[in-house]
Amino acid sequence: MNDKFEPNIVAFLCNWCSYAGADLAGTSRIQYPANLNIIRVMCTGRVNPLFVLNAFQQGADGVLVSGCHPGDCHYMEGNYYARRRFTLMRELLEYVGVDPRRFHMSWVSASEGAKWKEVVEEVVENAKAVGPFDQFRRNKINW
Amino acid sequence: MNNKPRIGVYVCHCGINIAKTVEIDPVTEYASQLPNVKVARNYSYMCSDPGQLLIREDIEKEGLNRIVVASCSPRMHELTFRKTLAEAGLNPYFLEMANIREQCSWVHEDVEEATAKARKLVASSVAKARLLEPLEEKEVDVEPATLVIGGGIAGIQAALDIANAGFKVYMVEKTPSVGGTMAQLDKTFPTLDCSACILTPKMVDVASHPNIELMTYSQVEEITGYVGNFEVKVRKKARYIDMEKCTGCGICAEECRLKNRIPSEFDVGVGKRSAVYLPFPQAVPAKYTVDPERCLFLTRGKCGESPKCADACPSQAFDFEQADEMVEFKVGAVIVATGFDVFDASRKPEYGYADYDNVLTALEMERLVSASGPTGGKIVLGKGDEAYTPKDIAFIKCVGSRDESVGNEYCSRGCCMYTAKLAHLVHEKIPDANVRIYYMDVRAFGKGFEEFYDRVRREGVRYIRGNPSEIFKRGDKLVIKVEDTLTAKALEDEVDLVVLAVGLEPRKDVREIIDLLRLSQSGDRFFLEAHPKLAPVDTATDGVYLAGCAQGPKDIPDTVAQAKGAASSALILLSSGKVKVQAQIAIVNEATCRSCGYCVEICPYGAIEMVEANRMGHIVSVARVNEALCKGCGACVAGCFSGSIQQKSFKDAQILPQLAVLGVK
Repeated sequence: MNDKFEPNIVAFLCNWCSYAGADLAGTSRIQYPANLNIIRVMCTGRVNPLFVLNAFQQGADGVLVSGCHPGDCHYMEGNYYARRRFTLMRELLEYVGVDPRRFHMSWVSASEGAKWKEVVEEVVENAKAVGPFDQFRRNKINW
Repeated sequence: MNNKPRIGVYVCHCGINIAKTVEIDPVTEYASQLPNVKVARNYSYMCSDPGQLLIREDIEKEGLNRIVVASCSPRMHELTFRKTLAEAGLNPYFLEMANIREQCSWVHEDVEEATAKARKLVASSVAKARLLEPLEEKEVDVEPATLVIGGGIAGIQAALDIANAGFKVYMVEKTPSVGGTMAQLDKTFPTLDCSACILTPKMVDVASHPNIELMTYSQVEEITGYVGNFEVKVRKKARYIDMEKCTGCGICAEECRLKNRIPSEFDVGVGKRSAVYLPFPQAVPAKYTVDPERCLFLTRGKCGESPKCADACPSQAFDFEQADEMVEFKVGAVIVATGFDVFDASRKPEYGYADYDNVLTALEMERLVSASGPTGGKIVLGKGDEAYTPKDIAFIKCVGSRDESVGNEYCSRGCCMYTAKLAHLVHEKIPDANVRIYYMDVRAFGKGFEEFYDRVRREGVRYIRGNPSEIFKRGDKLVIKVEDTLTAKALEDEVDLVVLAVGLEPRKDVREIIDLLRLSQSGDRFFLEAHPKLAPVDTATDGVYLAGCAQGPKDIPDTVAQAKGAASSALILLSSGKVKVQAQIAIVNEATCRSCGYCVEICPYGAIEMVEANRMGHIVSVARVNEALCKGCGACVAGCFSGSIQQKSFKDAQILPQLAVLGVK
C-alpha cells in the first residue's frame, strides 16, 4: 500500500470508560496518531449500527466502537448490547465486501490511557494496510 | 424565541497547553466561517472568570443561542460552562464542547496535524450545536439516609460524622465485629498511641448511636436505583445465636469441643479460637457467632451427645435452626469503605514465608507484640519447652509493594513507618535485640514521620540498603542473602526472626462491590475516584463515595481524613434534600411506535413501560419512558426497530451531522 496514505477513522466512545481513558492518555501526554476523531456517546449501547454504515458512506476508512470492559458497563449492560450488535455488524460488513480490518471494537477502561494508544495505533495500522475506502461513498450525480 | 441557530465558538488557549500544538488563530478564523456561527473568539483561559464573562456578554449582545467551547474535555468543564449559559439566561444544554486538549494538543506533537484535527473537532461540535434542543432538569427528593459498606476505621468515622449531623446511617460489616484492620494493630505510628485505646470508643459509639443501624456479619446483596434513591438488600447471615439473649459471657467458647483448634482470623493464625467465637475481646457487638464452616454440629449434624456450647449457655441463646435474614431499605448515598487485603507473602517464595515458622508478616508480628495478642505481648517463638526469645531480628521492606513481578507497582505508604514502629517495639520488649531493616528507600513523608524514623535509628536500629534475594535455613538460624547497595558488599546475615513488611492490596472480593455499584478500578486495581486531585472521594456513579484503603493504600490519619471527606460529600447531598436527575434521557415518538415492546426488554432500569394511547380513535399500546428512572444510556434508542426512540442531546439527527464532518477526509 501507499506509505503516504493517512486513513481517516471515526470512533464512538462511551463517556464513562473509553472517553475517560482517552482523556487519561492526554493527561499522561501519551502520543498517538492524529488520524482518529472521537464522537462521545453516553454508552456504546447508544451506537446505532447505522452510524457505522453512515461513517463509511461519508468516506471514513475505518470505524471504532469502544466502551467499558464487559461486566463494567456504567449502565450495567449497554456494552453487552453493543457487543452483540457489532459482532453481527462485522459479519454483515464482511458479507457486503467491507474488509473487517476497517471495523473494530475495543474495551478501554478509564484507567487504560496506555491501552487507548495501542488501540488507536492498531486501528490506524489496519486501515493503512487495507488502503483508502471509497466503495460506499455517496456518489453525487453530475447531471 | 427565534430558533434559528446563532452560534458562538470560543477557542481556549489553556495557557500554552493547547496553544503550544494547536494554532489558535487559524482555528478561530475557520470556526467563524462555519454556517450559523455569529461569533468566534479565543481566550487564554475560557474557564476563568473573564473567559466566562466573554461568553455571557456575547449571549446578551449578539443574541447567541448556541455555544461551542473548544477547550479541555467535557468531563472537566462541561458543568462549568453549562452554568455560564444558565447565568446568561440560556438553557444550559445549548452547549457543545470540542475536546482539543486531552484528545488533541496533548496527544499529538505535529502542529499541522493537531491544528487540522482541532478544526475538524470544532466543526463537528458546531454541526451538532446547530441542532441542540433545550432540556429541562427535573429534581427528585433525596432519601435522607446513607449506606456505609465496611466497618473499619474509615467506615466508622464516616458513619459517625453523618449520624452526628442528624442523618440515618446503615452500616454493613461482613465480619462479626466492626473495627477492621486497625483493631488488629498494637500501637500506631508515629505517636505510639495504643490502637485499641483510640479505636474502641468509636466502635462503641457506632453500635450505640441512635442514628446508626449496625449490621455486622452481613453482606450487601443488591443495590438498585440511583443517586438520592438507592434501594438496598442486605443479607444478615445466621449467627446461630440469638443476639437479644447472648450476653457475651463466653462460656460457650470455653465449652466448645474445638476450643483452641481453629486459627483465629483476628490473630492472623498466630492465635487459635473455638468454633463459636468472639473475634476479639473488645469486639462490637460483644455477641458470639458460630462458625458454620467449622462447627461440628452444623457441618456433621452431630457434636457428641448434644452441643456442649448450647447446653452450657446460661441464657439459652443458641438456635441452630436460625436462617439468614434479608433486610431491605432505601438510602440516598452510599459510602464504600471496604478496606484492603494484606499481601500474601507466600507469593514471594524466595522469602520462605510458607516454609519457615520464624518468617512472619508484619501483621502477625503486630499480634505477637500486642498485649491483647496470643502471647500477651511477649515476643516468643516456638511452643512449650522449645519457646525462645529471638535476638537477631530482621525486617524486610516493600514485600509486595513497588514490585512489578507480583503486579504491584505502587508504594503501600504505610510499611516504612509501621516497620519503624515495630522495630521500636521490639527494642522496648527485648532491650538487647539486634534489629536491622533491609530497605529500598525510606519514605517518611507524613507529620512526625521523619522525627520518628530518626528516633528509631538513635535507638540502635540499623538500616541496611538492599533488597534481599533469598532466605534459607542454616542450623537454627535463618540466612538472609543480600547486597548492601551502599557499600556494594554481598552479605549473608544470620537471624532468628524475619519480619516481612507486607504491602496493601485490593480485596480479593473487590469484584462483588464492582458488580453492586458499577465502580471502576484504577491501574493499581483499587477503586477509581472521579478525579485524582479534585474529586478524590467521589466516583463516576453519582451518590457513591469512597473512603479509606478501598481507594488506595493509606495510613490511619489519611484514612480518617478521607472518611470525613466522604461523609461531607454524602451530607451535601442529604442536606440539600434534592438532586437533579439526568436530563439527557430517552423519549418515545408515540405516533410511530410499533408496540413491539423490545425496548422494555432492553432497558436495564425498567424505565420503559407499555401504555395505552389513542391513535386516531384506535387504542394502541405504545412505549413510554419513566423520566425519573431513565439514566440516559441510549441502549433502547439503538435497539428500536422503528426508530421511534431518541435520546435527548444524542439524537440520530444530532450525531449524524457530526459524522458528516468527521467521516470526510
